[in-house]
Amino acid sequence: MRNNRDRFIAFVMLLPSLILVGIFVYGFIGQAIQTSMTDWGQNPAQPPLAATVIKSFVGLQNYENIMTDTLEFYFRNALVNTFFFTVLFVLGCVAAGMILALLLDQKVVGEGFFRTVFLFPMALSFVVTGTIWRWMLQPGGGVNILPQVLFGLSPIEFSWINSRDVWLPFEWGNVPAYLTMAGFAILAFLAVRYATARRWRASRYAVLAAVVVLLVFAARLWDVVWLPLDTPDAETPIAPKGFNAALVGIIIAAVWQMSGYTMAMFIAGIRGVPEELREAARVDGCSEFDVYRRIVLPQLNPIILSAMIILGHISLKIFDLVFAMAGPDNAKTVVPGLLVYTEGFRENAFAKASAIAVIMLFFVTLIIVPYLWSQLRESRSRGR
Amino acid sequence: MSMTAYQWRRYTIRTAIYIALILLTFVFLTPVYLVVVTSLKDPAVINLATAWNTPETPYWQSFSEVLEAFGPRLQNSFALVIGATMLSSLLGSLNGYVFAKWRIPGERYLFPLMLFGMFIPYQAILIPLFDFMRSVNLYGGVIGLILIHTVYGLPITTLIFRNFYVDIPDEMLEAAAIDGADFFGIYQHVVFPLSIPGFVVVVIWQFTQIWNEFLFGVTMTNTDSQPITVGLAQLAGGEAVKWNLPMAGAIVAALPPLLVYIVLGRYFIRGLLAGSVKG
Repeated sequence: MRNNRDRFIAFVMLLPSLILVGIFVYGFIGQAIQTSMTDWGQNPAQPPLAATVIKSFVGLQNYENIMTDTLEFYFRNALVNTFFFTVLFVLGCVAAGMILALLLDQKVVGEGFFRTVFLFPMALSFVVTGTIWRWMLQPGGGVNILPQVLFGLSPIEFSWINSRDVWLPFEWGNVPAYLTMAGFAILAFLAVRYATARRWRASRYAVLAAVVVLLVFAARLWDVVWLPLDTPDAETPIAPKGFNAALVGIIIAAVWQMSGYTMAMFIAGIRGVPEELREAARVDGCSEFDVYRRIVLPQLNPIILSAMIILGHISLKIFDLVFAMAGPDNAKTVVPGLLVYTEGFRENAFAKASAIAVIMLFFVTLIIVPYLWSQLRESRSRGR
Repeated sequence: MSMTAYQWRRYTIRTAIYIALILLTFVFLTPVYLVVVTSLKDPAVINLATAWNTPETPYWQSFSEVLEAFGPRLQNSFALVIGATMLSSLLGSLNGYVFAKWRIPGERYLFPLMLFGMFIPYQAILIPLFDFMRSVNLYGGVIGLILIHTVYGLPITTLIFRNFYVDIPDEMLEAAAIDGADFFGIYQHVVFPLSIPGFVVVVIWQFTQIWNEFLFGVTMTNTDSQPITVGLAQLAGGEAVKWNLPMAGAIVAALPPLLVYIVLGRYFIRGLLAGSVKG
């Protein structure tokens, strides 16, 4: 049936979309990378918004600047903030979503009502959520006086979004050491896991990689990369690195909004476990708790991983929530997404903003490309 | 009548589950209470210490003030959402049909390359987009914003429709082809009539996403073409805010997607799960 003429028409009908996505996604990404290597917006002789701007090539200068220039500490703060935000936001959503999903799996009366309540924040804009939670978390009001209003207890004193505290302080120069330790820990964990699963070859590779990581660290090879990028110690008093306590309020609001999403994913996953499998386990004498621990949760592992990747990439891009809760210029809560906006659209420092945007894209690509690849490979092998 | 140990245990666990669910319901709805209460208060009586009290008489004026402050932004958002949702769903349906049912050269690569577009941080294309929109004289208008949302909506709409159409049996298409239907005939007589649930999912998803969007709204518009999220951010920004206005504004801005969610929640969840590629 479907002959060559129709197949040609099919391709022609797809073409406009392909061209649009080709230009608006890939063309513009290429242009952003190119812009990040120019001085657009930095050259006083060339007004950035003039009809014709001469943009000179400066190589990796902008990247070097945002990594090393003391005045650019906002960018390093943004990286550190994104790290802590991502870890806590992802863990919070997975934990809360799991609790909600397990509770709703108990054949409760009014399940539909509860599901609707837990998921409704997903229908809101991050700007709405941010506005609401800024009021909820006002020092001296909102959540802080709730214990007092409800039970007559003393109010909470914490400044959720205005705190100046820095927890877990660390030196920027130690980041390579931490990364090495984290990499070593992950590889060692994998080695043990593969070994207990008797996958000797995989285990041996993990051990080998862990040893290489340690050697790289011991030989101080990091210094070759890091020392030119290190910042003067003078930055520490102005912009100490660590977990900014002011992020806590934003993380709470984000978890409130997004935990319904993980809940929905986990409910779908739990419903995908065949009831016969659970019944068989019960017949074999498993308690209800063991049915979850041994049958349901292992089947949820891939879904938990998917949820972590989706949430992780959302958190790398986060912009509107922080904008609405803490404003665009707050050094304690700055994130890369905000910097692209302030540097690009307020300061017209387009090249610098592009460099930051390219770094954001790099991190998102790092987690999304393997994810897309594995998802599509899996669906192909299922015969789609 | 005494309960056995087993019944007691079961009873306790069931009770604990319901208590947990009810407590969590309160946690999730607490912000809603505070928003509604604050939006109905006279700004003169709003202060931190009495934030949780209900107003003695509802003060509806905040809502008319908010509607006035939003001005054209409410209409902008509706125009934007209707235009971009329609365009991106129609194109997505066509794309999904091609990807699901027609073999085209390079399909293995084109589909993932297209999907990647829905994960990128839009900050990465923002400056070239700004440059481009200025050069084609579409910068700062609702039309330009419709174009932007249509294009960046294509990956998700294509994905949802493709996954929807894959489940239509090939035999139905073959039968239509034997009856002489060509590419468009099959679409018109077989695929499109079966698409209604797919369209509901996609339209709802695009409607809520575009209505709630902020980044393009704040960077690609001028004061006459801003969407409502930008209006809300302006209303709530700054230090000395009268909190009745941002709260009333939050309700107005949240209402359209919220109504859609409450009425058509099932379809909303399907759109939500489609975003994780396979769901």
